[in-house]
Amino acid sequence: MNRPRALVLRAPGTNRDGDAAFALDLVGADPRRVLVSEVFDNPKLLHESQLLVIPGGFSFADALGAGRLFALELVTRLSEELAEFVEAGKPVIGICNGFQVLVRTGLLPGAGLTVALGQNAVGSTSNGKFICDWVLLQPASKRSIWTARLTEEIECPIAHGEGRFVCDPETLAALQANDQIAFRYAADNPNGSLDDIAGICDDTGLVLGLMPHPEDHVLPRQHPQSLRGHRGGLARRLFEAGVDHAKETR
Amino acid sequence: MAESGASTSGRHRLTVSPHHPNGTATTITIDADLSAADRARLEHVLVDPLLETGAWNGAVGVHQLDIGLIPGVTDTAAAQVVHAAGLLGIDITDAAVGRQIDLDDAIGKADDTEIRRRWANPVIERWRIAGPVEPGFAAREADPAVTESVELPGDDESLAELGRKRGLALDLVELHVIRDHFAGLGRAPTDAELETLAQTWSEHCAHKSFRAEIAADDGAAVEPLLAQLRRSTTEIDAPFVVSAFDGNAGIVRFGSQRTYALKCETHNHPCAIEPFGGANTGVGGVIRDIIGAAHRPIACTNILCFGPADTPDDQLPRGVLSPQRIIDGVVAGVADYGNKIGLPMVAGGVLYDPAYVSNPLVFAGCIGVAPADRPALTGPHPGDRVVVLGGRTGRDGIRGATFSSMEMDATTGDVAGASVQIGDPIVEKMVSDLLIDAWDLYTAITDCGAGGLSSAIGELADGVGADVELNLVPLKYAGLAPWEIWLSEAQERMVVAVAPHEMEALADLAERHGVELSDVGSFTGDRRLTVRFEGEPVIQLDTAFLHDGRPRRRLVATQPEPIRTRVALSCHDPAGALLALLAHPNIASKASIIRRYDHEILGATVIRPLTGLHNDGPADGVVLADPSDDDGIAIGIGVNPWYGLQDPERMAWAVIDEAIRNAVASGGDPSAMALMDNFSWGNPTRATTFGGLVAAVRGCCDAAHLYRAPFVSGKDSLNNEYLAADGTRHAIPPTLVITAVGHVPDVAKAVTPDLKQAGNVVVLLGRTLAEFGGSHLAMVLGDDTTSAVPAPDLAAPGRYRALHAAMQRGLVAAAHDCSEGGLAVALAEMAIAGRLGLEVAVGVVDDDATTALFSESVGRVVCEVRPEHLGEFKDVVGGETRIIGHVSAAPTMTVSGQFELPLDRLVAAFNGATV
Repeated sequence: MNRPRALVLRAPGTNRDGDAAFALDLVGADPRRVLVSEVFDNPKLLHESQLLVIPGGFSFADALGAGRLFALELVTRLSEELAEFVEAGKPVIGICNGFQVLVRTGLLPGAGLTVALGQNAVGSTSNGKFICDWVLLQPASKRSIWTARLTEEIECPIAHGEGRFVCDPETLAALQANDQIAFRYAADNPNGSLDDIAGICDDTGLVLGLMPHPEDHVLPRQHPQSLRGHRGGLARRLFEAGVDHAKETR
Repeated sequence: MAESGASTSGRHRLTVSPHHPNGTATTITIDADLSAADRARLEHVLVDPLLETGAWNGAVGVHQLDIGLIPGVTDTAAAQVVHAAGLLGIDITDAAVGRQIDLDDAIGKADDTEIRRRWANPVIERWRIAGPVEPGFAAREADPAVTESVELPGDDESLAELGRKRGLALDLVELHVIRDHFAGLGRAPTDAELETLAQTWSEHCAHKSFRAEIAADDGAAVEPLLAQLRRSTTEIDAPFVVSAFDGNAGIVRFGSQRTYALKCETHNHPCAIEPFGGANTGVGGVIRDIIGAAHRPIACTNILCFGPADTPDDQLPRGVLSPQRIIDGVVAGVADYGNKIGLPMVAGGVLYDPAYVSNPLVFAGCIGVAPADRPALTGPHPGDRVVVLGGRTGRDGIRGATFSSMEMDATTGDVAGASVQIGDPIVEKMVSDLLIDAWDLYTAITDCGAGGLSSAIGELADGVGADVELNLVPLKYAGLAPWEIWLSEAQERMVVAVAPHEMEALADLAERHGVELSDVGSFTGDRRLTVRFEGEPVIQLDTAFLHDGRPRRRLVATQPEPIRTRVALSCHDPAGALLALLAHPNIASKASIIRRYDHEILGATVIRPLTGLHNDGPADGVVLADPSDDDGIAIGIGVNPWYGLQDPERMAWAVIDEAIRNAVASGGDPSAMALMDNFSWGNPTRATTFGGLVAAVRGCCDAAHLYRAPFVSGKDSLNNEYLAADGTRHAIPPTLVITAVGHVPDVAKAVTPDLKQAGNVVVLLGRTLAEFGGSHLAMVLGDDTTSAVPAPDLAAPGRYRALHAAMQRGLVAAAHDCSEGGLAVALAEMAIAGRLGLEVAVGVVDDDATTALFSESVGRVVCEVRPEHLGEFKDVVGGETRIIGHVSAAPTMTVSGQFELPLDRLVAAFNGATV
């Protein structure tokens, strides 16, 4: 049986690695939760994997801005290996803190563009308050290997204090033109994100970053209205897409 | 602009101001020789130009308040700056992170009192206006570490004075025993020995009042309270109890696969003086208790009692923080720790009462899981190593156990500063992950909580003995006296006993997890506690004296004589009363707090604290199950201090009933239900205060028996009083929090309170009496008629078993308990949660409509049942079952002959209140 190996990369403070591993296992991957220090010592762990996940959490406590230190570690110690990983056509997903990390490494959105994830804002004032709630996500990119086949909206929770997508107007226009906006908040925009952007992909379509947590809605019973008989909005199809793509790589 | 290429030595201060304004900038002060290029590279990491602007060595304006941490307070952000510089290859000596607030016009009244009240906390911070505050670099000059002998004076007055001066919180009888013990040894105690005894014998650690001999008014002896609770658990003899009142947490086995560790702690005093840090470390501490019970933490709970948010400043006793500041700080502290360590903060409650203004209460709980077939730990064995894991030891958190055991007054914030700390959830997460992987490498485990290493190693060494070297304990900075190392309550540390042949494996694993490990000595087998500093003994205590040498306290209990006459209230505007109740801070939505906590992480949450069609209805209990299968648990909470003020015994019955009922209404099995108690009370040496506690414990034991629900863990926090500068005493109302945790064999059969479908039948289970003592109707009417607190309903346990059976057959579409505000509030909440209307008639509940709608009689559950299930439902449930109406598609709550209220008004009243 072809179970592609998925590297779930942990830093001190990563805390949704178990949720991501559960989702990947469910859709037929072989997830390995590995500390980033182990990968520094043994980069083969990355080479031997066909899919990379940077999961949610508070890497290094996020005390100086979300994801900044984890990104610095990756840039200073693993940047070539990461570039090779994407060049080899292998998919990468960064969720919540992982999205923040990928943005700070420059892997997202790629092509020299820069975006940022700032403190959640209500109106014109950022309050930075952590918010945990459920959101509706509209898949928006045909370029991303993760979302191209998604035909329906996804429902899943958010849990973050720094998720407000920010970029300059030129970058936004480029992202729109390149079909790099992977997900938009379909109902309420919970954090003041520009253009309701919840996630973006890189210009190869292999790297996806998003603030919400699809890994926490892979079973119907994880939905808040499941006891009201609600089904649907499952996010496992997102992981299936990534794992299917990973199966084609070596 | 190009500076010269040469390095600039000394201090470099980077101010990071967000573009999206919130009035606060972050300041980063670096002690290093930095070139312009170094600064640019640091700035590239520390400043995101899309979000922020960075400025080096900018002036602090005359309208700006500059705040920094006091040296020694945990500064995780500064540690990140040092780490980042290391990755960039920039050598820096130290860093400090602070904040700078634009006060604008408020600068005019920013005197010291106002700054303390609004912006900064002198317990952990210092500040300056119009200039940079001195950065809180860790002190590098070390005083020589010394241990002193402490002569204990022969006369009582000097002895008591010595106890007060050192903050020992021991009474004269206890001090005499210590003096006599050392007289027998022919030497004076060392400071380390005296401090160890004070911590170990503190109310906080030794639960002196719960173990005290009790003399009733009539002189009759009453069994000590802890013995009563333990005996009730033994007598109930529930098959699912693995361990009760032993070690760090109670342990139960539900189903065949899993054991659960249960613990709930109080962290009241620290939250009064440093709300963020107090709540933060309260959460961290209770999670460590679960790790210390060799279980993997899976969920947290918290119950918060605050003064009303809108209390005017001029009504605050001197030295007391404003309730809004305490609320903001506590909620942020709970959210910070729970969210960062990655545990769902699921169940809880928030209560407001003026009596909590000077003494807020913070109850923090945690639940853990382990495979049922894991063998029990057998150590420590003689020869095992004493291993300290996790955070480093500093001067933070000295004497927390004794501080928590004393009353507070206006000077408490100043003198107890060192007792309070800021937690580091990332370190605790790493320690937790390590210990989950390493569970077969240690023979015994406990956490460093109150009393630090003294209580952790002291407890592990009980009956075995240990010999440890304090010089091997890793320190945050040099210069700690041996007794400070031994007593420090620095956070995120665990102690494990490890067989010598497992040390290498554990050390390897610790290194891989990035956790610092120190082998500080061995368990000996000589039943003595020997603590050394650089080889020289600083403590040589017989463990029997340390743990059993404390004289038993004797307390007098004056039994309360509560009014137990039922008096009906009259309410002329039931619709107005219902809206007022829904908007009352104790009943209204707590969404603004609940949504600050991650309740989704781990993917195990089945019923959330907010539920229903729009996720905004209050759930009874929460239900969790690991996503790998459908076998889970329900958690219910009961608390009602307003009953406690009038009738502590009936309060105990009522809150146990409420906790169990909440769990059962969500799908918990009443035959597999364990309880935790948390008593927060006033000064137990006052006979009436202690008498109330005795009555409450009696109620607890009697109720536990009736419900066959054993207590497995508990914690008491006494002396919750504040002595104001003017001599007035502010005591909290007697507050008992009960947490019920029950088995849910199949979470697919769990039930939520939201109405599901128009046409379904609404049924009330249980009997309703005119019980308004301590009721919320009395509160909103401003009616101070004294009348009976709700009486126990002896038929409730049978009703819950029948209800559970009906749920297992799928006969219950929705269920909701009646508690504060009675049936009317319960019905309104079900309608809000389901966004459906109701048509009910309450004549069958009671002839008196006010009693029917608003009485708080216990034991009652409202159920929604499909018409085709009604016959079978009645057969299964039986007993007091009253059909009161049906669910309607029209968005209106109609109580026949009383009122009609549009659903959106109910929603607005419930959701409109802000915190």
